[in-house]
Amino acid sequence: MTPATTEDTVTTQTSNNPPKDKLVDMLYQMMLIRRFEERTMQAYQQAKIGGFCHIYIGQEATAVGAVAALVHDDPIITAYRDHGHALARGMHPNYCMAEMYGKVTGCAKGKGGSMHMFDKANHMYGGHAIVGGQCPLGVGLAFAIQYEKKNNVAVCFFGDGAINQGAFHEAMNLAAIWNLPILFVVENNGYSMGTAISRGTAAADNLGAKAAAYGMRYAECDGMDVLDTYNVFKREGDLSRGSTSDQLGLEQKGGGPCFINARTYRYQGHSMSDPQKYRSKDEVNDKKDKDCINTLVGHLIDNKLATQQQIDELDKKAKQASRDAIDYAEKSPDLPMSEMFTDVYAEPYGPPYVKGGMPKMITDNNSGE
Amino acid sequence: MQTIQYREAIREAMEEEMRLDDRVFLMGEEVAQYNGAYKVSQGMLDEFGPRRIVDSPISETGFSGLGIGAAMYGLRPIIEFMSWSFCLVAADQIINNAPKMLYMSGGQFGCPAVFRGNNGAGGQLGSTHSWCVESMFASVPGLKLAVPSTPRDAKGLLKTAIRDADPVFNLESERMLGLGARGDKDFSRYIKDTWAPPTTKQDEDFTIPFGVADIKKPGADVTIVAAGRPVHFALDAAEELEKEGIDCEVIDPRTYRPLDIDTIVKSVRKTNYCVVVDQSWPFASVGSEIAAQVYEHAMDDLDNKVIRVNNDDIPAPYNRTLEQEMLPNTKKIIDAVRAVTYSA
Ligand SMILES: Cc1ncc(C[n+]2csc(CCOP(=O)(O)OP(=O)(O)O)c2C)c(N)n1
Ligand SMILES: [Mg+2]
Repeated sequence: MTPATTEDTVTTQTSNNPPKDKLVDMLYQMMLIRRFEERTMQAYQQAKIGGFCHIYIGQEATAVGAVAALVHDDPIITAYRDHGHALARGMHPNYCMAEMYGKVTGCAKGKGGSMHMFDKANHMYGGHAIVGGQCPLGVGLAFAIQYEKKNNVAVCFFGDGAINQGAFHEAMNLAAIWNLPILFVVENNGYSMGTAISRGTAAADNLGAKAAAYGMRYAECDGMDVLDTYNVFKREGDLSRGSTSDQLGLEQKGGGPCFINARTYRYQGHSMSDPQKYRSKDEVNDKKDKDCINTLVGHLIDNKLATQQQIDELDKKAKQASRDAIDYAEKSPDLPMSEMFTDVYAEPYGPPYVKGGMPKMITDNNSGE
Repeated sequence: MQTIQYREAIREAMEEEMRLDDRVFLMGEEVAQYNGAYKVSQGMLDEFGPRRIVDSPISETGFSGLGIGAAMYGLRPIIEFMSWSFCLVAADQIINNAPKMLYMSGGQFGCPAVFRGNNGAGGQLGSTHSWCVESMFASVPGLKLAVPSTPRDAKGLLKTAIRDADPVFNLESERMLGLGARGDKDFSRYIKDTWAPPTTKQDEDFTIPFGVADIKKPGADVTIVAAGRPVHFALDAAEELEKEGIDCEVIDPRTYRPLDIDTIVKSVRKTNYCVVVDQSWPFASVGSEIAAQVYEHAMDDLDNKVIRVNNDDIPAPYNRTLEQEMLPNTKKIIDAVRAVTYSA
């Protein structure tokens, strides 16, 4: 572990593992994402899914551990590698898959696709496709939390490549000067496309220095260990939650923003078309030895929190849910031509806005089918 | 006749100019070790080394601004955007700095840099990744805008761009990179020079000047103006319409800035009908500009209004069917030609 540069920005490890039921649920979430993504890749290869598609396999523990440590109405936002966050946040797999099929039953009616998983009911503020573009938006979510004097924390995920965007640095600075309740989370999988982080990012082995530069708390977690991830997010989330700033006319309180370095690894290529010449098979296999699902299964068995039979059942359930999602997407109607010009404006000629035309999953109250 | 892909034509243009001029370098994301995200710069690191083929992190503001500064100092940068959709984070650099430097400095510092990359819908990439930037940038004085539609134009225009003393935006297209490969429909019966440029051996100095439109297909009945990828939709439409006895003239301006309005007007004077196709959005588009100039110069020669064919006026949808429908496709052009010539 790399120490941060100043003493007082280093936070120390505490462990307060969640209760058994929650642990089992976290395992299921990770299994669901894995099986879902396997189906996604198949569907992509069959040309049922188009455009750019980025697979989350290997990184499941980061989204699942982080989200498990939040309360449901803590807003989250992420980049284009977003299926895992959507599912962890509770989006029904049917709606996630239908979106990639371009179906009207998708979470964005098939208008967004793989890179744009939005789910208002589950406080998922979207997947965003321009690298770093969601960082200022995350700051906006945190600003709104503070403005409304809510006791929430915003979580803004991004890849290690986004650290090299100007938007990231401006976002960090704004969050720091206004003591905003936000966790900036770099899902540090070591590569942006074919560029190893050490080639693209200055001081790549000391990301704590980035936080220190903005006087911000810094923490690291093993993003392939869901318990470590959970604990770090719980601790840092609670410190940031409900932070306010006297600069914005409120009583100064709370720990403000935190920058979390979640070290993880993607097993698949950057997107569905990546020959991966920049890394060796051995490297990938070494990382797979520390697989997040196997690690949690080991923990549950060793501590007699679950039996192998229960675990097999869970995996069966995850497989079934993923098959069902494909089935649902296949059978759903295409986005109709009549939707071509809807959603461009809420109301082209101004208020009053008559609410309507929300995605099916919202009107269904997100219950799935 | 050699067959050469559009991507290879771009590569040849860069390689030839880099061999001639040490001041020329290429910088962008994944251009070196990865051999280009779209294999445009394949092999260039091997030939020119890491001094001249430079991998940049995902820092468009940084590396496009770097290109401008280096150009002011005397270098000849080629800055690659993986996609023009990603240039927007660097808007201040490329539209506030590059095109204004010469004027602001009273002629002391110019910006002889080329910015290039994929423009237009790549295929279900969603609304942030499907930008067509020509209309947005065409209204900025000080920059030049090239929109090559064939491997030949791609090579000739890019070589001119690299030699040009002003900032040039070269708009390529992911959907055209493989164009020109063997087996591709090449419309050679229409195109006088064929699609392929001369090889390095044949002509190291092959360039295509800016501001000279190319008549991609001569015809008598109606003028279709199109640049970039829509040229191919227009040629497809012309082929269809020929069966109905409508003989289309397809004019490719090749550069929007400078714009060869004379060739367009000359054609309209002959055919008396005009359809303008462009792949950006209709409101205040390059197509609107061409239509306006046609009215200004050839009002009396027109036997009907000018019809514009654009993207529909919406963000690009992900759904495949809707995306196809929103683009300025062949069917829309055929409909427009029928309507404008009163043959609908
Ligand atoms: C501004 C911008 N430039 C370039 C791209 C193209 N692009 C998409 S993803 C990517 C790599 C990002 O890597 P990282 O941030 O580490 O995320 P990861 O893919 O590892 O999850 C690049 C270069 C983009 N989407 N936006
Ligand atoms: Mg990465």
